[in-house]
Amino acid sequence: MAQEQAQPAQPHGKVEIANDRSAITALGERVIRVAERAGYSEASRFAVRLALEEAVVNAFKHGHKSVAKHEKVTVEYDVQPDEISIVVTDRGPGFSPDEVPDPTADENLMKTSGRGLLLMRAYMTEVSHNEAGNQIRMRYARPDEG
Amino acid sequence: MASEDSRLRVRVEDGITRVEFIDRNILDEANIQAIGEELAKIIDGSGNPKLMISFANVDHLSSAALGQLISVNNRVRSKTGQLRLADISPQIYEVFAITKLNKIFEIHETAADAVGSFR
Repeated sequence: MAQEQAQPAQPHGKVEIANDRSAITALGERVIRVAERAGYSEASRFAVRLALEEAVVNAFKHGHKSVAKHEKVTVEYDVQPDEISIVVTDRGPGFSPDEVPDPTADENLMKTSGRGLLLMRAYMTEVSHNEAGNQIRMRYARPDEG
Repeated sequence: MASEDSRLRVRVEDGITRVEFIDRNILDEANIQAIGEELAKIIDGSGNPKLMISFANVDHLSSAALGQLISVNNRVRSKTGQLRLADISPQIYEVFAITKLNKIFEIHETAADAVGSFR
């Protein structure tokens, strides 16, 4: 949290974030403020905030399942005029994104979890993982709003 | 009905419980759990509950919130009740559409439409 307040809202940054709700919210709001200043529409900001939120929550909930509670997640963001990129790295053993069941399949529709990755993929232009599976890289290309 | 730390605004009228969210952002898992517990109490306190949830104030929601809504839906069904969702902005509706949860929930454009749809 202290790190959050110490850093000014730059267009890019690297934050070590604890599993603390107020810190996660503050980070989301900071990225959105920067995006707003860069002229991104409300729809774009909605998309990026949702994806960022889901990525950080997933990192702690799934990535850090077998990791000490105090361990932090690293979030890098870069808001450029044409695109926004976000990289979230956890300290867990990683996972295989291909093994995540499709939450829109009829048999999974009533499940109460497992939709985060789907939402990130739907809202971001590009989503990829590193080989270890403990880092997600997301890119949002500014849509042609003219 | 709502306690001081309630996350919901609740009104019962003509046997229909109308619920609105106080928070504009339904992202935080602890808050979402608290919302689920409040709704569970409402559902459990009625024979066959008629529950209408308005999203009029909601700007953001997360997949955890969707999960909680599914739990609420299951609870309502287990009591042979009815659940309606309403006042969902196009942006929030898109989240339901992407996840195909618009097939699970009965979603109405306005609270009035939703209230009128109870059988």
